[in-house]
Amino acid sequence: MAKKILTEYINVPGIDTFEVYRKHGGYTAVEKALKTMTPEEVVEEAKKSGVRGRGGAGFPMGMKWSFLAKPEGVPRYLVCNADESEPGTFKDHHLMKELPHLLIEGMIVSSFALGAHKSFIYVRGELMYVIRILEKAIEEAKEKGFLGKNILGTGYDLELVVQPGGGAYICGEETALLESLEGKRGNPRNKPPFPAIKGLYQSPTVVNNVESISNMPWIINNGGDAYAAIGVGRSTGTKLISASGHIRKPGVYEIELGVSVDEFLNSDEYCGGVRDGHYLKALVAGGSSVPILPAHLITKTANGEDRLMTYESLSDGGFATGSMLGSGGFIVFDETACIVRNTWNFSRFYHHESCGQCSPCREGTGWMEKVLHRLEHGHGSMHDIDLLVDISKKIEGNTICPLGDAAAWPVASAIRHFREEFEWHVTHPHEATQPGAVYMGSAALV
Amino acid sequence: MTEAPNTVAFTPDRLAKSKEIIARYPEGRQKSALLPLLHLAQEQWGWVSPEVMDYVAELLSILPIEVYEVATFYTMFHLDPVGKHVIEYCRTGPCCLMGGEDVYGYLREKLGVEAGQTTADGKFTVKEVECLAACGWGPVFQIREKYYMNLTRERVDEIIDELSK
Ligand SMILES: Cc1cc2nc3c(=O)[nH]c(=O)nc-3n(C[C@H](O)[C@H](O)[C@H](O)COP(=O)(O)O)c2cc1C
Ligand code: SF4
Ligand code: FES
Repeated sequence: MAKKILTEYINVPGIDTFEVYRKHGGYTAVEKALKTMTPEEVVEEAKKSGVRGRGGAGFPMGMKWSFLAKPEGVPRYLVCNADESEPGTFKDHHLMKELPHLLIEGMIVSSFALGAHKSFIYVRGELMYVIRILEKAIEEAKEKGFLGKNILGTGYDLELVVQPGGGAYICGEETALLESLEGKRGNPRNKPPFPAIKGLYQSPTVVNNVESISNMPWIINNGGDAYAAIGVGRSTGTKLISASGHIRKPGVYEIELGVSVDEFLNSDEYCGGVRDGHYLKALVAGGSSVPILPAHLITKTANGEDRLMTYESLSDGGFATGSMLGSGGFIVFDETACIVRNTWNFSRFYHHESCGQCSPCREGTGWMEKVLHRLEHGHGSMHDIDLLVDISKKIEGNTICPLGDAAAWPVASAIRHFREEFEWHVTHPHEATQPGAVYMGSAALV
Repeated sequence: MTEAPNTVAFTPDRLAKSKEIIARYPEGRQKSALLPLLHLAQEQWGWVSPEVMDYVAELLSILPIEVYEVATFYTMFHLDPVGKHVIEYCRTGPCCLMGGEDVYGYLREKLGVEAGQTTADGKFTVKEVECLAACGWGPVFQIREKYYMNLTRERVDEIIDELSK
């Protein structure tokens, strides 16, 4: 069995209550950090652990913390990003609903490290039932003296506020999230200034993902070095992977970074392989925003090496033959899946979710959706395929926030690896639009 | 809409809750309570009318336009009256891989509505939404706070029959 840092006790009945969580070692990290460590020492352990942001970008958490500005007399904030809206990603949802106290414990030690006295957990509004679970857990922690004024008699005060979003993927982008938390539309801010200098209410702010913060109790209890000993190279520790699509066992799995893609996909401990009677066609390894990979580049890299579940190995080969670990949204497609239809579906998502501030994203996502819609529905031309590549290039790198790139990459990579399937939609307009063909539009091709 | 602005008010419970929410934020940052208050309003009235938005603006001492521009940005807020049960199904890729298109088509057919419409008896409104962070348990829809997962045509029959009672 692989090492579990986050989910070891996830199946214990009642683990969502303070009492049971505490019985299984819960809140010992708060005791240790607040009573025996300085905030700087907590930051140091986070740095040593090498833990990288689990929200998608993979930026080292300890390093981010050390950038936080500390002007005299200005409050500092920690904001937990629980907006989880990247298609294919459902790990934070799972973790918060099963183990609310783990996140709360992580928030306490992280807030202590940063010198924050009011911290926020911004949860996508659709998960109102999870918000209620978190609020109940916060009440319990407060009753037991782990939150509020003078925690455990150490003189440290902390209040946790759970904030609901309103249904907008863009609010997962950290500066849009801060705007939203201030009661505004979720329009990403121009950077610089970065949140570490001017974030929430124009004060220094750190934004971290649910899973990133939930690693902190273990790191405090066991030390950053012990965390760094797990994993491979700069991909330290464990990672939650949300597995969906055409596999035998969809769900959320905690892996040690460094297991092979082959093992993750095919072993019974994890996905259990492609569903019976079918075979692998494609993989989106890290949420809808990352490049799609065709079957021959999934378990092996272009050089023929085993592909591993690490930041480095999944991106081996760059965008030509690689992808990204991203948020860990592992979406598996078997031969019945229509890549053109899926690409259209994803581009509709990005068009719908674009905040509309910058024209390359606002216009480009709508244009790509329109062209993909006509290709999928049998009205496209060969020229349209090149047009899509052209539009995606014009969006990429030309926008205020990375949503533009996130919209461009899936389209560009689908055409790079599955061009003949797009062409087939042009040459077989009737098959492509068969009623009921839905996600099976290309079955005739394979 | 027949309600006049001055008849819009939270129930005593919700009014107390709204005060508690506003007090969570630092001095002068009460506008941060806007999204939570809009959720509270939608919980009470089912949707968010202009009069309700004006009421929320008043509670927060902000301009009505500040509420309008926010309520129209976030897709969870219904700006028109809705049916008793609002069914919001996830139309995004992973759910479709699991047969979502078929299940949702069946749902619309069963209720005799297109996405965005309400049944003639006012019982059900069907809306299309994007990924609900439950992709491995798709197809998925949400009714108020409840998630319904691993949907099939049979499950849809059961759920609709149950809610129709
Ligand atoms: C369009 C967009 C959506 C994002 N959605 C999320 C999200 O839902 N959850 C998340 O943690 N990070 C999301 N991010 C990344 C955040 O901007 C930010 O990098 C992250 O929350 C930092 O936390 P981490 O370093 O712990 O990963 C998103 C980024 C973009 C550009
Ligand atoms: S890239 Fe798109 S989502 Fe991001 S700020 Fe520009 S328009 Fe908004
Ligand atoms: S795709 Fe439907 S919940 Fe994510």
